[in-house]
Amino acid sequence: MLSFIGRRVLIAIPTIFVISVFVFMLQKLLPGDPVLALAGEDRDPETLAALRELYRLDDPLVVQYAHWAGNALRGDLGISLRTNQPVTELMLAKLPVTFQLAVMALIFAVGIGIPMGILSAVRKGTWLDYIANFTALSGLSIPNFWLGILLILLVSVNLGWLPASGYRAFSVDPVRSIETMLMPAFVLGTALAATLMRHTRSAMLTVLKSDYVRTARAKGLRERVVILKHALRNALVPVVTVSALLFGELLAGAVLTEQIFSIPGFGKLVVDAVFNRDYAVVQGIVLVTSIGFICMNILADTLYIVLNPRLRYTP
Amino acid sequence: MEFKRTLVTTAAIAVLSSGLQAQELRIGLQDDADVLDPDQSRTFVGRIVYTSLCDKLVDITPDLDIVPQLATDWSWSDDETQLTMTLREGVVFHDGTAFDAQAVADNIDRSLTLDESRRKSEIGSVTGTEVVDDLTIRIDLSQPDATLMAQLADRPGMMLSPTATAEMGADFGSNPVCSGPFSFVERVQQDRIELKRFADYWNADEIHFDTVVFLPIPDTTVRLANLRAGDLDMLERLSATDVASAQDDPDLTVMDVVALGYQGITMNVGNGEGAEDNPFAEDARLRRALHLSIDRGAINEVVFNGAFEPGNQHVAPSSQWYDERFPVPKRDIEAARALLAEAGYPDGVDITIQVANNPVQTQVMEVVQSMASEAGINISIQAKEFASMLQDQSAGAYQGSQVGWSGRVDPDGNLHPFVHCDGGINDSGFCDPQVDEYLDAARASNEFDVRKENYDAAREILNEELPLIYLYHPSWIWAMDARIEGFVAYPDGMIRLEGMRATD
Repeated sequence: MLSFIGRRVLIAIPTIFVISVFVFMLQKLLPGDPVLALAGEDRDPETLAALRELYRLDDPLVVQYAHWAGNALRGDLGISLRTNQPVTELMLAKLPVTFQLAVMALIFAVGIGIPMGILSAVRKGTWLDYIANFTALSGLSIPNFWLGILLILLVSVNLGWLPASGYRAFSVDPVRSIETMLMPAFVLGTALAATLMRHTRSAMLTVLKSDYVRTARAKGLRERVVILKHALRNALVPVVTVSALLFGELLAGAVLTEQIFSIPGFGKLVVDAVFNRDYAVVQGIVLVTSIGFICMNILADTLYIVLNPRLRYTP
Repeated sequence: MEFKRTLVTTAAIAVLSSGLQAQELRIGLQDDADVLDPDQSRTFVGRIVYTSLCDKLVDITPDLDIVPQLATDWSWSDDETQLTMTLREGVVFHDGTAFDAQAVADNIDRSLTLDESRRKSEIGSVTGTEVVDDLTIRIDLSQPDATLMAQLADRPGMMLSPTATAEMGADFGSNPVCSGPFSFVERVQQDRIELKRFADYWNADEIHFDTVVFLPIPDTTVRLANLRAGDLDMLERLSATDVASAQDDPDLTVMDVVALGYQGITMNVGNGEGAEDNPFAEDARLRRALHLSIDRGAINEVVFNGAFEPGNQHVAPSSQWYDERFPVPKRDIEAARALLAEAGYPDGVDITIQVANNPVQTQVMEVVQSMASEAGINISIQAKEFASMLQDQSAGAYQGSQVGWSGRVDPDGNLHPFVHCDGGINDSGFCDPQVDEYLDAARASNEFDVRKENYDAAREILNEELPLIYLYHPSWIWAMDARIEGFVAYPDGMIRLEGMRATD
């Protein structure tokens, strides 16, 4: 078990290296000079040259990379070209915000997606199934930003139920924090709910046809118990896997959602950084997110082994 | 007795309620500010924040006259290379440091010498300062510079606490300390910048809010929705197409003023590869044809619902610097076609013009495209992400570039950098020694008449050569809760909180 995890971590190291090179080079390939973006309207040649020198942008790429990677290994991801703040500090400040959004969105996604999936599987071919499918398809097709704006207009402007912006950290003002997060989490959650619903439905359909469910029914168990206690438990295994994978989609969706609802999270940070060619911030975010994904993968692999001992002996 | 008690109660309620109403002002900004250090920053929204945070040596009026702020009086030496300023007495910075001539000297020195300073070229004519006495400072120039006062009314004139700059160095922006009506409380990146009323402000009687919070909300629709939902009290840059609906809302007030900037097409006449094999670079008649094919009033009506001001010069027609001899031209397709034929293109001519890939600017370009096509000018529109577009423009990898300029208080800032042979932002590659002479002469004098004469002389050439084809001058449009009073629209787009208050 330990050797398995050790092997996984060792494999991850070259992966991270390749990612770091890739991230670094991709940035440099982007058209648009960071110094021009940085100088804004004060872009006379003198200013540009001074800025280039200040941020060492004239060094050869390899030197720039070595400089950056060396610092990154020591936990220093550089300084934001735009605001002069350390990138690590910026990210640490944003992480809890996006995490809160992701968790709340996941609650919406699971709360809507799984019951809907069960219902439509159990009532397959009925109007309930069709409605659930239609809703799921809508959830997948409606763009986040559009749903977001509509929700603001309806819930905040017309009904006045929830604030349209003005996020506060959970530790500062929990009520306000949740209030401002409800709409963005809903928007983000509905798109994921659709995916979850489809997966739950198909898993449930398979399980419902299996022998042990028939046996359970034959024993005279109530339908409710058969579905929730016997069928759902097994059907949920693949759904849990999907949920873990959805985490990536959550982060991607957060980019747009945070922009619309003015949530100061990772998404807003990365969008601003890309548009301003704030290399250090973009590199830092992509690197940290990639490492996060690798860790999640290792975690998922490990969990499979814990759950399914048969996998233990396959390399 | 009973009367007295009622009086006391009423007074108490009045005090309490007015206190509650006047507490907080939440302003929605289009972008997040960059580093909060006036010497380092470059964003427009950053300047909006500074207007509440950092007082300047001088300020402007809505008519762009220079008026006292931290300097109460000033005079020029006879050769106009020395500016002596008398400073306001009793001013303190937010950290208690006294404001005096030495502080001014330190600030100017920092703008000129800090590695990260972006102000160097703005006050490049300054050679040094001399502390005459506690409240008198002399600023020495290498040559007369008419733009200096306007610069001192902006970021180079913002006074930072010398104690704080000495302590923080280039990191000043993490906790800026100035002498403005509000002091810094906290900033959460991409979320909020919070300021609180500075009790020892020299003009404290005019300040009626306890806290000001700036909230960046990039999407204009969402920004307006936030104002309507009561999550903002005021916003800047209302979209021109939302003006009508906001004006119909009895709970909102909309105010606007023509801005200092312009939007236009920069024509590549001599900058790098884009000027080669480019008929528009070689022949000014083609540029004139394009210029004449455009109905500027129609652009304003179609794209901006008439909220902006059509224009054809570096300053708006309403400016005192505008050259009345060249009014905004009427569209003249016949003349444009004739010019094309004269230049040897009777069957039409092609040009590629790049534009920032946002819906509004693309739409402007599409309107221009369809107008120009009637004159036989076939425009291919190249929509680019802004940073890429700027890079290509700077490097000369373009034929025409539809781009804007936020504008400067002094007209020099709208013209000199763009068309002077040595101009810092001369992306057009235009160079005419005669124009240079006029622009330099206009820069070297503090006399309005002398300057105007020179600008007009330059305009005469520029109107023929057209390295820049101006289209319109945008307006700054603010929307606010109808209970907010006392806001004055300034053409620099800043929000000055003096005299503003919330009423019931």
